[in-house]
Amino acid sequence: MTVEPVLTVEDLSVRIAGLHILQGVSFTVAPTGVTVLLGRNGVGKTTTLRAVLGLTPTQGEVRGTVRMGARSLVDQPTHRLVRDGLGYVPEDRCVFAGLTVTENLRLAERRGSVPAYDRVYELFPELDRRGRQRAGSLSGGQQQMLAIGRVLLNDNRLLLVDEPTKGLAPKVVTEVAEVLERVAAAVPVLLVEQNLAVVRRLATDAVVLAAGRVAWTGPARDLLLETALTKSLLGVGSVEVHS
Amino acid sequence: MGTIVLLTLTGLGLAALYFLVASGLALVFGLADVLNFAHGLFLGVGAYATWWAAGNLPGAGPDGLGFVLAAAFGVVAGAVVAMLVELVMIRPLYSRTIEQVLVTVGLSLAGVALLQATWGADPRPFPRPEWTRGVTEILGAKVPNSGLLLILAAVVVLGGLLAFLRWTRYGLIIRAGVENREMVTALGIDVRKAFTLVFAIGGAAAALAGALGGIYFGSVSPGQGGSLLIFAFIVVVIGGMGSVVGAAYAAVAVGLLQQFVNYYGTSGAGDICVVALLAVVLLLRPQGIAGKVATA
Repeated sequence: MTVEPVLTVEDLSVRIAGLHILQGVSFTVAPTGVTVLLGRNGVGKTTTLRAVLGLTPTQGEVRGTVRMGARSLVDQPTHRLVRDGLGYVPEDRCVFAGLTVTENLRLAERRGSVPAYDRVYELFPELDRRGRQRAGSLSGGQQQMLAIGRVLLNDNRLLLVDEPTKGLAPKVVTEVAEVLERVAAAVPVLLVEQNLAVVRRLATDAVVLAAGRVAWTGPARDLLLETALTKSLLGVGSVEVHS
Repeated sequence: MGTIVLLTLTGLGLAALYFLVASGLALVFGLADVLNFAHGLFLGVGAYATWWAAGNLPGAGPDGLGFVLAAAFGVVAGAVVAMLVELVMIRPLYSRTIEQVLVTVGLSLAGVALLQATWGADPRPFPRPEWTRGVTEILGAKVPNSGLLLILAAVVVLGGLLAFLRWTRYGLIIRAGVENREMVTALGIDVRKAFTLVFAIGGAAAALAGALGGIYFGSVSPGQGGSLLIFAFIVVVIGGMGSVVGAAYAAVAVGLLQQFVNYYGTSGAGDICVVALLAVVLLLRPQGIAGKVATA
């Protein structure tokens, strides 16, 4: 039986300021587990997530097909895609530094749905305790928890998570990976991640980008077992383990 | 002593006028990244709509509650025109800064021309309620009531704006949007509605400045909004783009500086000092007093 992907990207091209960043990228995201988007710096991983979400700059040019189920996402406004169940945890957290933790969460509430504060506070009790604290004064790890918690306040059909462990201490990386593991049990995740220990722990499928194109796609385990493959595609010879 | 008090309170009256124009300008720039040169038009619309309503609108008049109704009409007219400008002319041009500047500059010129064509280029006497023609003695200084009214209005608007930003859902969206508009969108919020709202709020505050400025100056003329807009821009830059509280501090600094220097120095030196203050702030603290934060 064929399993319908939750997200289908076909021949996606993105050109920004004369640079052809994505050059016909095609891949699918399975309806369960974590599909990880890998590649060296600057190959277009973040650009791919942002293009899926309609966040390409207005002067940029996007071509190709992006579908969630049967529905085309291209040319849809970002806020509508998010309301329809596309959750986004951006690179560098992007919490609102001047707002309190509670205000950051309140902002993510959606009209017509009951916000799942219980779920968020169960995963991140720290956010409950620090509700009145300005988000800008949180540590990097706490900000990451807030960025993930903000998305988990609502039910999503797919989560796009961009480098959630970037710049975090090893202990916090483990905590974030644990949370994502629990989250991925309920909702599929398209993850951009550089930390191969985290990738090994979470990923079920992998898509490797190189120079704006898909260089490899398949089960993550197959990729990670092949040292020569990871070295040629990602520039690393072995899987470093933090957790 | 009396002179100092008088200069301080008239300076604060001027600051109040600047703040009413600058607060909306700051929010519009902070949230939507729009440098709105048509903002002075909203002041003109408010002033002329109030002037017109005082003579023509049933129930409205030049004094008492009649004037309050006329001013309310002016404020609503300013808000409606601001909303229409955002929806029709600015919305298709978001992220296209040069086109926005051209459109808003063109609109401000066309707006002044329209007011001139309709009511003439000469200043028209503005209806002044009886109380605003008098003075109140404060610490030996006879302070014009029109200036006190401006100060009171600015304090009420400042309090109202801060309460709105602090306690309402849209206030939260605006504060977040000033920090990172894209991320607000990525949380599923249609930030364009907030753009329209800040234009309406800014238009209403500028229109109120038009109505109260009419009382303060005793007349209304088509170009009034444009001349006040220059100082409002200076206030916004000094205060910090997007900050209502910063605009309030900067308006007070600019108003007092202008008033004191113009009195103790040569006439017109106050304006030069204000520009010098702007230059100093830009050199030492380019983000302004409050930085880019919609303070609540």
